[in-house]
Amino acid sequence: MTSITNKDVNPVAHLSPEDIEQIGLELDAIRQDVIEQRGERDAKYIRRVVKVQRNLELGSRAILLGSALPPLWVLGTAGLSVAKILENMEIGHNVMHGQWDWMRDPKIHSSAWEWDNASTSDGWKHSHNELHHTYTNIVGKDNDLGFGIMRVDEDQRWYPLYLAQPAWNFINACFFEYGIAAYDLELGRNLKLPKDRRSPGFAERAKATVKKIRKQATKDYVVNPLIALPFGSALPALAANFTANLVRNVWSHSVIMCGHFPEGVETFELNKIPENETRGEWYLRQMLGSANISGSKAMHIMTGNLSHQIEHHLFPDLPSSRYAEIAPRVKALFAKYDLNYHEAPLPQQVGSAWHKVVRLSLPNHWLETTNRSNLVDQTKLLYAMTTKGPKMRRLAQRRLDQMARKQAEAKAAQDAPATQPVVEAVPA
Amino acid sequence: MGRMTSTAMSGAGRPASTGGGLRRTLREKVAPKVRDFADAAVTPLSLDDVLDHFHPLRGGSELRGRVVRVTPETPRSATVLIKPGRGWTGHVPGQFVRLGVDVDGVRLWRSYSLTHGPRPDGLISITVKLVPGGAVSTHLVRRVKPGTLVHLGTAEGEFVMPDPMPAKLLLVTAGSGITPVIGMLRNLFHKAEKPDVDIVLIHSALARAEVIFGREIRGYAEAGLIRLVELHTDSRGRLDVAELDQLVPDLDERPTYACGPVGLLDSLETHHAERGLELFVERFRPVLLAEPGEGGTVTFTETGTDVEVQGDSTILDASEAAGVLMPSGCRMGICMSCVLPLKEGTVRDLRNGELTHAVPGETHPDGVTVQTCVTSAAGPCTFTH
Repeated sequence: MTSITNKDVNPVAHLSPEDIEQIGLELDAIRQDVIEQRGERDAKYIRRVVKVQRNLELGSRAILLGSALPPLWVLGTAGLSVAKILENMEIGHNVMHGQWDWMRDPKIHSSAWEWDNASTSDGWKHSHNELHHTYTNIVGKDNDLGFGIMRVDEDQRWYPLYLAQPAWNFINACFFEYGIAAYDLELGRNLKLPKDRRSPGFAERAKATVKKIRKQATKDYVVNPLIALPFGSALPALAANFTANLVRNVWSHSVIMCGHFPEGVETFELNKIPENETRGEWYLRQMLGSANISGSKAMHIMTGNLSHQIEHHLFPDLPSSRYAEIAPRVKALFAKYDLNYHEAPLPQQVGSAWHKVVRLSLPNHWLETTNRSNLVDQTKLLYAMTTKGPKMRRLAQRRLDQMARKQAEAKAAQDAPATQPVVEAVPA
Repeated sequence: MGRMTSTAMSGAGRPASTGGGLRRTLREKVAPKVRDFADAAVTPLSLDDVLDHFHPLRGGSELRGRVVRVTPETPRSATVLIKPGRGWTGHVPGQFVRLGVDVDGVRLWRSYSLTHGPRPDGLISITVKLVPGGAVSTHLVRRVKPGTLVHLGTAEGEFVMPDPMPAKLLLVTAGSGITPVIGMLRNLFHKAEKPDVDIVLIHSALARAEVIFGREIRGYAEAGLIRLVELHTDSRGRLDVAELDQLVPDLDERPTYACGPVGLLDSLETHHAERGLELFVERFRPVLLAEPGEGGTVTFTETGTDVEVQGDSTILDASEAAGVLMPSGCRMGICMSCVLPLKEGTVRDLRNGELTHAVPGETHPDGVTVQTCVTSAAGPCTFTH
């Protein structure tokens, strides 16, 4: 993807400033409707989810006491994986967004909730609620774009190191909770700086995160296996906890990749964002910078309703249970203003996001200009770009750009006669 | 009971027996370890969260109660009978309890007088009168179902019968002001041996049908336990304190206990002060008399939230409406549960218009404590919360 302002066809060029403000007003109206309606039904919903989650987690952990028996291991591990996913996605993420603060229940409140994850709720609320939701998809400002460790945009210069990006992304998926913890701390950036120049409170936050990680690991890998020890299930229980964390990590990583990574989701340039971005402009950025996942009700709940990423980004503090309800109205608004409501089933969105990770791990245009007949040459070119320094990279990149241009021209020429044969025939 | 005895014995300096020593080791050394282990097994929850999940009314839990029955008293009032959790520490008749209910999904807290003395079945009761437009009273009188969980505070309040009892008493109540008094009367009269005290109860209500506990207080009067003066304001107008001498000729000999609308209590206070008579009152709502000021933005440093507070609304109400979790209690400026430290800025006490300032470097470094339930912002102010 290319930042929206660097594109040949700007997808919002047809909107006047008045249109954009009108979109803002219409979205505000949808928001107000939900706020006026929310009440007992919503409260019942979140309490039920919490109850089901706790029953499932405690039940699964009880089953895992007998996890020396393979069927119980499978059952307990599956239950624990689902419980952890529910806790992180539909409960933790949404509670920490303040979606349920209006209930004034101190037990289900953004200021009090701590989640079953390596990152501390305080750290996560800062990096996610304040940074990601404010600076959504602004390259260089929103660390959710590639989590600060990947090349996610053509405009980012390519280095050979990025070749490892698919592997890196896979490892990040498996240990996602630690990745989030590190990224909440801006660990990479802070560790590079001398101690006295690190962001204020870094040492304190790092300490809190280490403590949280220790508590989480002690629970999953020491205490619960110990409880299973008398039943001869210590090792299977440990494996079950590890597997459940892995499943939760890969699942949440996939869902989150789907939110902003699929091909066709727009990114933005920091210096093109107006200094006093209006509410309408902010809304528009959320509309274009998010992608939905279509699917069943169970799928929506398991993604914490992040499958309604567009609705979530427009209204991050509305109860998640209401996103499905307002989605048709939001979709109609997209249609009315001729904007692309990005929506596809889960496998397709995950595939698209991974395709982009792979494509951008390679130099611009490498993947699209490579075919079976030139594979050897292209590989040689890539090898040279990887091993022969910046000058070679620049030259080779120019060649790739040229090839891509020619390819595009050839394609256009091929398409043109097919669509306009009659026009050509008449003057002859 | 058993626990009290054993504490008393060890307090008397008797050498602890082997059994007692073991029990103490268990309680003091082993139990905390077991708890730490259990907490470690369920983090980020705690053992308490898990126990509450299965048994919300257990001891040691945040105090809650379960609605047992709702009985209509008049067309516009009802008594709610509640089984409190094990953490309930009992009460004295006349005291009130803070009650938190979820009304349309939102937790709201109100204070209600307890309308029974301590009951043998351990239940507590409150009697709620419908307040027009009142979210909580409507919910409790019209909608709440047996089995509903409610949140409770412990019993509070100083409005209780003196001990020992004086020979003569005057009780003045109006409307739902009867609720703390009925608790006192029930407690006195349920005993086999009726107390030797001469009680006059002046109760005024809109009409005969609107008298909460009407049948019961008339019954006490018929049995000769009290002298009842029942006034119906629809036919005769409100009670005028000047009438008291005529209604109660030996007024000077009776300490007065009063509960009812602000107007009645205020005029009673003036009347009794002039005559030098003893008076104890229970107010249900704060006296918010001050002219509202400008209001302002309140900033909470810990949660990092800003709340716009209008000059006529309390910081507590406005912040709760904005989704901030606030400590709260009686909501009438008495119990000090809602106090927060003001670091900087000015607040206005809505009862008397008095301004309180906090200036960093001049006032106390921890801030100036402010009752958020009776104060509004007077310009921008910052709280540690």
